[in-house]
Amino acid sequence: MNVFDGQFPRELEDESIYIMREVAAQFEKPVLLFSGGKDSITLVRLAEKAFYPGKIPFPLLHVDTGHNFPETIAFRDALVEELGLELHVRYVQDSIDKKIAVEESGKYASRNALQTVTLLAAIEEFKFDACIGGARRDEEKARAKERVFSVRDDFGQWDAKKQRPELFDMLNGRINVGENVRVFPISNWTEIDVWNYIREEKLEIPSIYYAHEREVFQRDGMIWPNSTFINKDENEKIETRTVRFRTVGDMTCTAAVESDADRIERVIEEILSATISERGARIDDKRSEAAMEKRKQYGYF
Amino acid sequence: MDISNKKVLRIATAGSVDDGKSTLIGRLLFDTKSITSDKLLAIEESSRRKGLDYTDLSLLTDGLVAEREQGITIDVAHIYFATKSRKYIIADTPGHIEYTRNMVTGASNADVSLILIDARNGLVEQTKRHLYIAHLLRVPKVVVCVNKMDLVDYSQARFESIVNEVKALVDKASLTGFDISFLPISSLYGENIITDSEHMSWYLGDSLIEALESVEVKSHQTDLPTRFPIQHVIRPKTNEHHDYRGYAGKVASGTLKVGDKVTVLPSGAVSEIKSIQKYKTELKEAIAGESVSILLKDDVGASRGDMLVKEGSLNFGNEITSDVCWMDNAPLVAGRTYKLQHGVSESRVKVLGLNHKVNTESLLVETNISGFQLNDIGEVVLKSSKPVLADSYKQNRRNGAFILIDEFTNNTVGVGFVA
Repeated sequence: MNVFDGQFPRELEDESIYIMREVAAQFEKPVLLFSGGKDSITLVRLAEKAFYPGKIPFPLLHVDTGHNFPETIAFRDALVEELGLELHVRYVQDSIDKKIAVEESGKYASRNALQTVTLLAAIEEFKFDACIGGARRDEEKARAKERVFSVRDDFGQWDAKKQRPELFDMLNGRINVGENVRVFPISNWTEIDVWNYIREEKLEIPSIYYAHEREVFQRDGMIWPNSTFINKDENEKIETRTVRFRTVGDMTCTAAVESDADRIERVIEEILSATISERGARIDDKRSEAAMEKRKQYGYF
Repeated sequence: MDISNKKVLRIATAGSVDDGKSTLIGRLLFDTKSITSDKLLAIEESSRRKGLDYTDLSLLTDGLVAEREQGITIDVAHIYFATKSRKYIIADTPGHIEYTRNMVTGASNADVSLILIDARNGLVEQTKRHLYIAHLLRVPKVVVCVNKMDLVDYSQARFESIVNEVKALVDKASLTGFDISFLPISSLYGENIITDSEHMSWYLGDSLIEALESVEVKSHQTDLPTRFPIQHVIRPKTNEHHDYRGYAGKVASGTLKVGDKVTVLPSGAVSEIKSIQKYKTELKEAIAGESVSILLKDDVGASRGDMLVKEGSLNFGNEITSDVCWMDNAPLVAGRTYKLQHGVSESRVKVLGLNHKVNTESLLVETNISGFQLNDIGEVVLKSSKPVLADSYKQNRRNGAFILIDEFTNNTVGVGFVA
């Protein structure tokens, strides 16, 4: 790809820090949604910078599907410890046990969509009025139309036709009772911006982003990580290959890429020459052409 | 690195329904190799399903299901591409008559306004509206693309007559504040977008990408008088930082240096900059656009919504005359109150009167009006519950605008540009 691959454009960081500070000023109970992925790790650094030498004035929330890569959870706990952050974890398993969510069945069963149920329950439980997320507009077509401050109703629903106009850098976070706002501070960053930022800031990221040996199997032309959470066919053979992950979602919906990029410079090189997009390795997006738009209408991040 | 030649260029695109804007953007992405094979495969499949015998590049940006069903664009979409030298952010706004508000929204952050004209139709009402909005919002650079040249036999005469028509309009309506250039293109065949056109050897100017790469975004904002709106006060209250009081914010214009004398508005308290911090780094100077924390020598008791200024008087008061673009279905009427948000500062305002309205198709001024409907643009007089620390928009784009918010629905219902 013939892309700008030089320095990280620092004006993007200035913009994101400004957004973080607006969240602190405009809301009473904000929370940062933390998945352990590179985008939410970037958000934590931006929040640190926005309030330094003060502490980050809001907690983190991890919606745990129970299908995470163990490396991600270990990383999450280490980061929280190091920075002295407050972390809430809410489990999809609890939503299933309470019968407010129903487990999918079959070969492609995933808890990805069920996260929404647990997230909405957590918003209600803690009375969060703003949820900060790491979504970027370059990821997907429906996200390209997302605002920085995106107002959701009681059901977490997104209505593309009724979004507030956002002019200049002025953000309107005023809401009515029952509504909440999803905030996307890195809306204008692209995948390569995030990687350049991680490199320049020397941020730690979970080890699965780098090349490593792993048990995998082939399905539908993609490399799936082997785990007890995936229902495999008998003819799907497990083999050990050197792979890495471009995004970190659940083990049931994140495909690996064959790679020997074992450090950040090589990861960046690999992305620059890649012919498949970041979300091309997300099995959840492949379900239908409008998969993301539909999930967002139901309150997905 | 020269800060005047910045790395991110923000473009607002606008065009009428069928003048091929989505195809043009698709072409920019495709020809700069900013789309990956899985995305391309997806739109090839969609094109086939629609019974097309070519790959419809407009499918790359027409994102929502509703849009794809109707073949239109309904909201501001943000699209990203990059070349070796720059990162580009496109705010793609639809060209429907009812969506002036989206065009204004897209233009508010734009360095460049990209306007499309269908070579067969020439200048239409929409073109006038786009030019007027670029003028009103002081977008520094306008690039007019005369598209679908393939459908007018690549005629130089046709291109030149459209150029003259636009220039005549710009002169007649005194649309100032921007630098304008014209390009003949075919987005369907990718002519004069990235590569030159063999069918238009008479055209010796830049291709679109060359024109965009060479746009000089002058650091206007840094050259203006200093405006630092206080966004958030950082007070850690820990033993280590017991008396720490950092005024956090993004520099709207000008520069701040350690040792500078500053005045806090609206109180008028005076102090001196002790330190400028960006995370763990101490800076000597901060310039427009930077998010920093400022520490002062004295305890001036400033809070969110106050502003630090240096040289250059800021004439502020409670009565504001301003152009407004109305963005709500319920009309703006005299006597109503709204919330006003200027940067990070909020007040309540009452509409004292409506001076006039601009017809964005004829560009004529209408007086004697009872209210502003959705998409109307005109001049109003407002009275604010507290002083609004704004400059004239024409002089300071980053400190001259505000938004109006409905007190009942909390929606953003209008945007103002201070006279």
